[in-house]
Amino acid sequence: MLSQLEGSQATAKAVARCRPEVVAAYPISPQTHIVEALSDMVRLGELAPCEYLTVESEFGALSACIGASAMGSRTFTATSSQGLLFMAEALFNASGLGLPIVMTVANRAIGAPINIWNDHSDAMAMRDSGWIQLFAGSNQEAVDLHLQAFVLAERLGLPVMVCMDGFVLTHAVERIDLPTVEEVDAFVPRFEPRQLLDPAHPVSIGAMVGPEAFTEVKYLMHARQMQALDEAPSIAADFGDAFGRTSGGLMHSYRTEGADTVVLALGSQVGTIEVVVDDLREEGHAVGVVELVCFRPWPETEVRRALAGAERVLVIERAFAPGAGGILAADVRLALAGTGTEVFGVVAGLGGRPVTRSAIRELVDDVRAGRLAPEGTHFLGLRTDVVEHQLRRADGPRPGPHAESVLAELGIVGSGSH
Amino acid sequence: MPAQQVKLYQIGTFAVGNRLLDAEQRTVQARMDRSNSLTSGHRACRGCGEALGARYVLDAAMRATGGQIVAANATGCLEVFSTPYPETSWQLPWLHSLFGNSPAVASGMAAALRAQGRRDVRVVGQAGDGGAVDIGLGCLSGMFERDDDVLFVCYDNEGYMNTGVQRSGATPPGARTATTRPLGAQPGNAFGQGKSLPLIAMAHEIPYVATATVADLHDLEAKVEHAMTLHGARYLHVLVPCPLGWGSASEDTVRVARLAKETGIFPVFEAEHGELTSVSRIRQRRPVEDYLILQSRFAHLFGEPRRDDIIARIQQQADRNIERFGLLDPRAQEA
Repeated sequence: MLSQLEGSQATAKAVARCRPEVVAAYPISPQTHIVEALSDMVRLGELAPCEYLTVESEFGALSACIGASAMGSRTFTATSSQGLLFMAEALFNASGLGLPIVMTVANRAIGAPINIWNDHSDAMAMRDSGWIQLFAGSNQEAVDLHLQAFVLAERLGLPVMVCMDGFVLTHAVERIDLPTVEEVDAFVPRFEPRQLLDPAHPVSIGAMVGPEAFTEVKYLMHARQMQALDEAPSIAADFGDAFGRTSGGLMHSYRTEGADTVVLALGSQVGTIEVVVDDLREEGHAVGVVELVCFRPWPETEVRRALAGAERVLVIERAFAPGAGGILAADVRLALAGTGTEVFGVVAGLGGRPVTRSAIRELVDDVRAGRLAPEGTHFLGLRTDVVEHQLRRADGPRPGPHAESVLAELGIVGSGSH
Repeated sequence: MPAQQVKLYQIGTFAVGNRLLDAEQRTVQARMDRSNSLTSGHRACRGCGEALGARYVLDAAMRATGGQIVAANATGCLEVFSTPYPETSWQLPWLHSLFGNSPAVASGMAAALRAQGRRDVRVVGQAGDGGAVDIGLGCLSGMFERDDDVLFVCYDNEGYMNTGVQRSGATPPGARTATTRPLGAQPGNAFGQGKSLPLIAMAHEIPYVATATVADLHDLEAKVEHAMTLHGARYLHVLVPCPLGWGSASEDTVRVARLAKETGIFPVFEAEHGELTSVSRIRQRRPVEDYLILQSRFAHLFGEPRRDDIIARIQQQADRNIERFGLLDPRAQEA
């Protein structure tokens, strides 16, 4: 049924229709609207039987999900940014224990400096946590991915993170085709736990494992993650059959046929990139875009296949590893090693800086005209005058806190002026 | 002169008295049908107070619920010595997640059971003092405040014993640990305001808070059984001497625990909804020195020079407990 919905409300409704039995969450922007809506539904009995735990921290939220999932209940939580980092220890634990928890991550930058706006630093920081990581390009895809996430998580016995851009998606009102309760019931089967705490059949879960078996246990985590490379497309195909639209899977290619230049990106910025691709195609330029949906497990073969034939690939990502560079770009370079395709790594949209149509157009033009070096990491729209001045200042005695110094130099007052 | 109280026991516990008691009054451990929830073969040290305490607590909880218990366990000695997989000593459904989250894991279990409509199955959370007093305190306070249907048990051995006896928030002043060695002018752990988790639990006004020691196992079992008749958040704080960390003889675990109570160092009491409801009186008041001297973690107080000043401060703390909790029998005081 079509309706105009805020991304968070749509996500909450989609999650509700997957019939979670335990929701535990802690407030953090921009994820809060999702769990507020779920809290309302639980209070009104619309989700019965479902328990909503107002926990004391994100660490507690995921820990409660761990206990509930091990008790055989379908569980859900949501977080962002600092909250995801505060969960870090429990993230690795949930995946290590093989508990199929589903979590929405409303992607947001990580401090310091504190910043509530969108980028992908949070999810990227947890890319090795053993969670399957799916990125939504739109609110419709966010809704659809949540349905698929529960199926995927429970089929593989692994937790799944559904990443949707904070504010850009969570707070945007869009037309949503929300699956009905009956449709969701038909698509998401009843939760049949692989392991269960049951007094009738007592088991110990979470034992200590020494060097004799640790490699094998960890390898199994890896092997099950890799199974998602088959399962996610298969579930997406089932979804397509049931709902008549393409959502999820590993990636979506847009106008990449015969493209000499392909842009690869995650999340909502792909929408803007598609508009730029349309403009370029109209002018006769062979440019396409690949929206990566599944970042972990890393679909190396499929990425190579999707980008094969392009002379150059431009990776635009909203996160980076300080001291190393682009995270997604590094993975793409590995996937394309030996193919002769040049990979350009560009970091953009950090801390909510808009990635605009004109900036992307300029970037693509630069890449195609050989004005950008394929080596290293480029920062889109970086104010080089400011950073160079700040680097010079830092040579003096007690240069002071650098974030505040940059703000002073730019003459910015308040966070809403950019 | 008041009438002399009749005592059926000679060593201060019901251990001998068991045989003199009616069948119904005997300890769970004295029964053939005990569940052996933490069964033999685990790798705890000789004289481990925590293993003793956990065994009594869980068997009592199992008896009280007809065997319908699931347990969440924090990282620590209890977890490590019980599950060097494929061996496990647990004969109940048991989950170990992390060091600092066992109260939240237990809350999640209880929420799942509520959602599933399984009122018969009950949840017990377990941690050492590190997992409860320090790293798990946030989650524990949250569980209390929400009044989740969990009995949480802290086995307090007053330090991080599993990692090699470092100081925790429950380490008593003056005690030697690996991070509070008897060096400098103030040897051992510093004097602070203390961190009484039972009192912190009471401040949440939860249905039930109790303390116990492994010296009075009948009392420990009774408290667990009572706790299982109640719903909501319940907290049990059990003092469990650690021969390794305390430097006490393995055969002295029960004696040391009893002295902790008889000196007033460890007050044994019950509280409901934030109000003290009962205390276990001191039967024979002893100076703290009798307790301290059995433990090498306090040996530096009795060396050269002898630190009577520190011993006196510890005595002051015990005296304060005695006054605060009314640990002396009023009739004995009159006498």
